Amino acid sequence: MTANPEDPGATMSTRRLLHAYLTEAKYECLRLLRSPAFAGPFLGLPVLLYLLFGVLLFGDALGKDPKAALFLFMGFATFGVMGPGMFGFGITIATERERGLFALKRALPMPPAAALLAKLAMSILFVAIIMVTMVAAEPLGHLKLTAAQLAGMSAVNILGAAPFGAIGLFIGTWASAKAAPALVNLLYLPMIYLSGFLIPMPKSLEWIERLSPAFHLHQLALRAIGAPNVGLPLAHVAVLAAVTVVLTALAVRRLARVG
Amino acid sequence: MNNNCLAELKGVTKRFGAVVALDGLDLEVRPGELLALLGPNGAGKTTAISLMLGLLQPERGTARLYGQSPLRVEARRRIGVMMQEVSPAPDLRVREQIDLVASYYPNPARPEVVMEMTHLTPLARRYYGKLSNGQKRQVQFAMAVCGRPKLMFLDEPTVGLDVQAREAMWATLRQLVGDGGSIVLTTHYLEEAEALADRVVVLAKGRVLAAGSVSEMRALVVRTRIRCVSTLAVEQVGAWPGVGSVTRDGPRLEITATNAEAVVRQLLAADEDLQELEVRRAGLAEVFTELTQEDTK
Repeated sequence: MTANPEDPGATMSTRRLLHAYLTEAKYECLRLLRSPAFAGPFLGLPVLLYLLFGVLLFGDALGKDPKAALFLFMGFATFGVMGPGMFGFGITIATERERGLFALKRALPMPPAAALLAKLAMSILFVAIIMVTMVAAEPLGHLKLTAAQLAGMSAVNILGAAPFGAIGLFIGTWASAKAAPALVNLLYLPMIYLSGFLIPMPKSLEWIERLSPAFHLHQLALRAIGAPNVGLPLAHVAVLAAVTVVLTALAVRRLARVG
Repeated sequence: MNNNCLAELKGVTKRFGAVVALDGLDLEVRPGELLALLGPNGAGKTTAISLMLGLLQPERGTARLYGQSPLRVEARRRIGVMMQEVSPAPDLRVREQIDLVASYYPNPARPEVVMEMTHLTPLARRYYGKLSNGQKRQVQFAMAVCGRPKLMFLDEPTVGLDVQAREAMWATLRQLVGDGGSIVLTTHYLEEAEALADRVVVLAKGRVLAAGSVSEMRALVVRTRIRCVSTLAVEQVGAWPGVGSVTRDGPRLEITATNAEAVVRQLLAADEDLQELEVRRAGLAEVFTELTQEDTK
């Protein structure tokens, strides 16, 4: 019988393979855009909070303090990177696992990693949307960043979607659909406050910041616009890359074993 | 590996904790056949399918799909799958669900063709989450056939379907087998196996209890079922030679017999008022009950 793996019936052309990856990504994005109650908060919150604090409430004071105005703007931009990956990956993967969808896709000939790459594409697209909203809000916040600075900051933050996607992926592959939102929040909320990008940490507690991937991304984004930053850029990249690779590897291993 | 089979389990043992789900199971799927896996809950039907799909790994023995490990995506490109307890994304439309799964295959059918074949065209733009349970099963069936696979694994495909939809799915399954496809089907509905299967494998406690064509399975248990309206006592009839079991259902007696002719003669002689006499060969249901009961004794 047809036990030959080279049988043309079982080989995918590169064009078909690419089409499979793109189709998976297209429907992943479409699904999240169709759930505004789920995607809305992490898409809209960063710019809304920035407008509330940076423009409406403290706009006048910040107008006299360009350093603080920049700190707030860059802080909310980093905050915007965290949501799509942590929530978008974490909760959707936990839910899909519980629905048996991952098992079905493992049984079907879905190209390896298509589901994960689709989710990564989704979180990159969503971070890009958030960056567009932040860039649009920037002139309201008494800032005078150049187009190159805004492009640099956006590029760093869009790449920053990967480590947060890996964190979400890791949680989503271990937690049940019920536990995932709580676990994501348990990490997400302290990370907002303890990474020093919205509220500066006291000197004695600065070591805590360095444990957070958000701190390292924030420093890279500051560097991209030429603002004062701490630490070696290569060290920040190394931390973010390590988080991405290690957590993705652990999650992929678990997905392959238990679905 | 037998060159003439598409999927194969050989001496497969699988445990879940202390529970032995499969106990040295041998099973093969041949080209062009519809194989029905029957068995009570917990018999190991879904476990057997999961092993052939590579979702589970055997502790002992081997699982092969087209002569390869089922973990190889090349092997899985020739199969279609419909599983139990799977809910695809509720926020994708019917056509989109089919389009997505079709993208995994080298040479799929167009979603429109698949929807026509599975009677889903009127539902094309409906969100999956808004469908009835029966309609959801139909979409899952469409997802299983859209890649034009040579071999399909269907785990309880007609659960939740109304009679009309079930008949329509049966017709499609017959057509697929007629076109040279092979299907492995697990079912609780014995009439489904009886209506469709070329070969039946009865599983219980992770082992094959019996395997063969529907008529071979019937012949395994050479019993006949006799029904009639009679006032004769159950105990009296039960004592006659050739009578297996007797039960009363209102005015009716239900008798299973190994020697139907003799029992019918005796019935007519003993009860002149006997009415509505009905004699038929045991169906798969009786065979199945008897086989699985014998196994648990």
